[in-house]
Amino acid sequence: MGRKLLTEHVNVEGIETFAVYRKHGGYRAVEKALKMTPEEVVEEVKKSGLRGRGGAGFPTGMKWSFLAKPEGVPRYLVCNADESEPGTFKDRYLMSKLPHLLIEGMIAGSYALGARTSYIYIRGELLYVLRILEKAIAEAYAAGFLGENIQGSGYSLDLHVHPGGGAYICGEETALLESLEGKRGNPRNKPPFPAVQGLYARPTVVNNVESIAAVVPILNMGGDEYAKIGVGRSTGTKLFSACGHLNKPGIYELELGVPVEEFIYSDEYCGGIWKGRELKAVVAGGSSVPILPKELILKTAAGEPRLMTYESLSDGGFVTGTMLGSGGFIAMDETTCIVKNTWNFSRFYHHESCGQCSPCREGTGWLEKVLHRLEHGHGSMHDIDLIVSVAKQIEGNTICPLGEAAAWPVAAAVRHFRDEFEWHVTHPKEATQPGAVYRGNLVMA
Amino acid sequence: MAKITFDGIEVEVPDGTTILNAARKIGGSVVPPAMCYYTPLKGSGGKCRACLVRVAAGSAKDPRPMPKLVASCITPVQDGMVVENTTSQQVLDVRKGIVEMLLINHPLDCPVCDQAGECDLQNFAFEHGVSTTRYEEERRTFEKIDIGPYIQLHMTRCILCYRCVYTANQVTDARVHGVLGRGDAAEIGTYIENALDNDFIGNVIDVCPVGALTDKTFRFKQRVWFTKPVNAHRECSHEKCSGHVTLWYKGKDVLRVTARKDEYGEVKEWICNECRFEKKETADWVIEGPAHIDRSSVISANHYELPVINPQVIADLPESTVRELEQNPPLKLGGPSGTSF
Repeated sequence: MGRKLLTEHVNVEGIETFAVYRKHGGYRAVEKALKMTPEEVVEEVKKSGLRGRGGAGFPTGMKWSFLAKPEGVPRYLVCNADESEPGTFKDRYLMSKLPHLLIEGMIAGSYALGARTSYIYIRGELLYVLRILEKAIAEAYAAGFLGENIQGSGYSLDLHVHPGGGAYICGEETALLESLEGKRGNPRNKPPFPAVQGLYARPTVVNNVESIAAVVPILNMGGDEYAKIGVGRSTGTKLFSACGHLNKPGIYELELGVPVEEFIYSDEYCGGIWKGRELKAVVAGGSSVPILPKELILKTAAGEPRLMTYESLSDGGFVTGTMLGSGGFIAMDETTCIVKNTWNFSRFYHHESCGQCSPCREGTGWLEKVLHRLEHGHGSMHDIDLIVSVAKQIEGNTICPLGEAAAWPVAAAVRHFRDEFEWHVTHPKEATQPGAVYRGNLVMA
Repeated sequence: MAKITFDGIEVEVPDGTTILNAARKIGGSVVPPAMCYYTPLKGSGGKCRACLVRVAAGSAKDPRPMPKLVASCITPVQDGMVVENTTSQQVLDVRKGIVEMLLINHPLDCPVCDQAGECDLQNFAFEHGVSTTRYEEERRTFEKIDIGPYIQLHMTRCILCYRCVYTANQVTDARVHGVLGRGDAAEIGTYIENALDNDFIGNVIDVCPVGALTDKTFRFKQRVWFTKPVNAHRECSHEKCSGHVTLWYKGKDVLRVTARKDEYGEVKEWICNECRFEKKETADWVIEGPAHIDRSSVISANHYELPVINPQVIADLPESTVRELEQNPPLKLGGPSGTSF
């Protein structure tokens, strides 16, 4: 079992309260940060090699150093807690169990960026988490870690939690800012980037919950020490939310670099596939990353064992690889119908498209309709090529990455499971039987 | 100033100009189409993706190509930028895809649509699209809504360019309509049935690239290519109204009044509702002369003499062809000697 940096004390009774959290070493990172200069804090995060935990994997320290710092203009740190990707539930867990960890990270991060007001934009459905956070924030104010002159350092910070209306698109950083400003959550055109013109047209950094929380162990142990954990450019620990047909689904904090095979089959982690069945496919990083069949998720195309790192999971590009994404690890056993699953994913993107730019607005609906047809035995061979072509027309041509998120899973499903799609066309009667699954593409152990 | 190369043509424009406006400085067929961008409206653009271009070199300092196609209407130029529009097959292919996407939920009711003949979507599809569709499913439809005494909203035709929303925001006193819903269920609406009747709201008809917002005083009166556009002006008492308009005549009647549009279909001088909807007599106006209509526009179709064929050419044609021409003349035949069929 690897080291746990974020969830070390997660099972301690009452850890969501300030007193218990403080007793277990809480707010040491803030005290340490306030003794450093903001530049030193940014430098420390840069040294740690921390990469964004929200999906794109952009180095957090670099993002922080890009922030424009004009004189006399306020800057903002916004925490993106609008976690709504199917298969991802790590932030919710982190916030509900360890609210003070996020608050501590927010204080240290805001100090590093020179922000005097910071926001946590939380998904509207997570109302109970919002209550937990608000209670924790009130405790932090009472203990003098928020508000005017924090711990006598002369630095002041106000922290607000803002619930969204429950739209997936508001997890996109510019749509999130629009929503936070009280407008319709439509992604903005870029440039200008949020680092130059973000919230209220002021320089803004938007970070995922886990990225901000990871600043706490980085400051406690030092960036260099943090960078030693992990493999290559994937440093530190990451939360994975494992779900699907596993014996032990749940949240696992891993040192990056654990082999995928070990993660799925070892009793320490997911404990193998449930009911003694075979693994069929895995979506490794939340529903928007390409799906991979068993043989490609366990080993790369070159035959190397695949590791839970940013680089290893994306080895082979999209032809034979996928992405680490947000860490929503969905395992599917042999009874899973890939066509139905792909239809289900694209139904989600159809529902969540904001409708601003035309390829995504029209294309996501089109994909869903054709996949519905294929799944229900009314499709033709031509339809299989059609969805690939439509996915290609969406990908890369939209304002925000939701277009790609909708196109990638469809393109990947056809790429790796084309025979299953074809079986739905050639055997419509069998395919529409309840529980019917094509097994021709299974790799047996 | 920034010097950029657009489709192999060099052009120098002030810093901060968008790629689209740099291309418009060159003019002609290299200009990317724009369905949602509208120069006078702040914040417009970037939505329809019709104007996507390939940036082959980002700038003189950093000559790497941009990884994705960019929307030319919102991307500012950099000195030394190299842009490919019609010279890039990728751009042309993507544009074909955009036409397809815009049309899958469009009713294609051009034969009964008032916008036909001056419709941006029609022109765009004609120029860049394909003649068949791969879309077999049911199209999205909406009920027609009367929004106010002057305007009818035909949401089925809408391509959600947001131009009318920006117009109401920036030109009129108060905006009562906006985009409701999301994804392909997004629609223009007023939430609680509200009338669009404040002073400059008529301009939303002019900015609409399709037939979604139409002038109720002109609906089904005449096809636009049978009307004759004439520029005119009047002293309007409204301080924000320019009073410069185009009158659309059929015979002696003024069928409708619109603001003047430039070659890219953009209104530079807004007009008030009174000028647009109330003043439909020639006596109300000072006539300036025929409005310029692009030669390629269908509106020009009936305003020019048909080309004349030299009789010498006709004499050289085989007899069967001449007989065919006689029965079904595509061109007016004639010449100095008065030869005529």
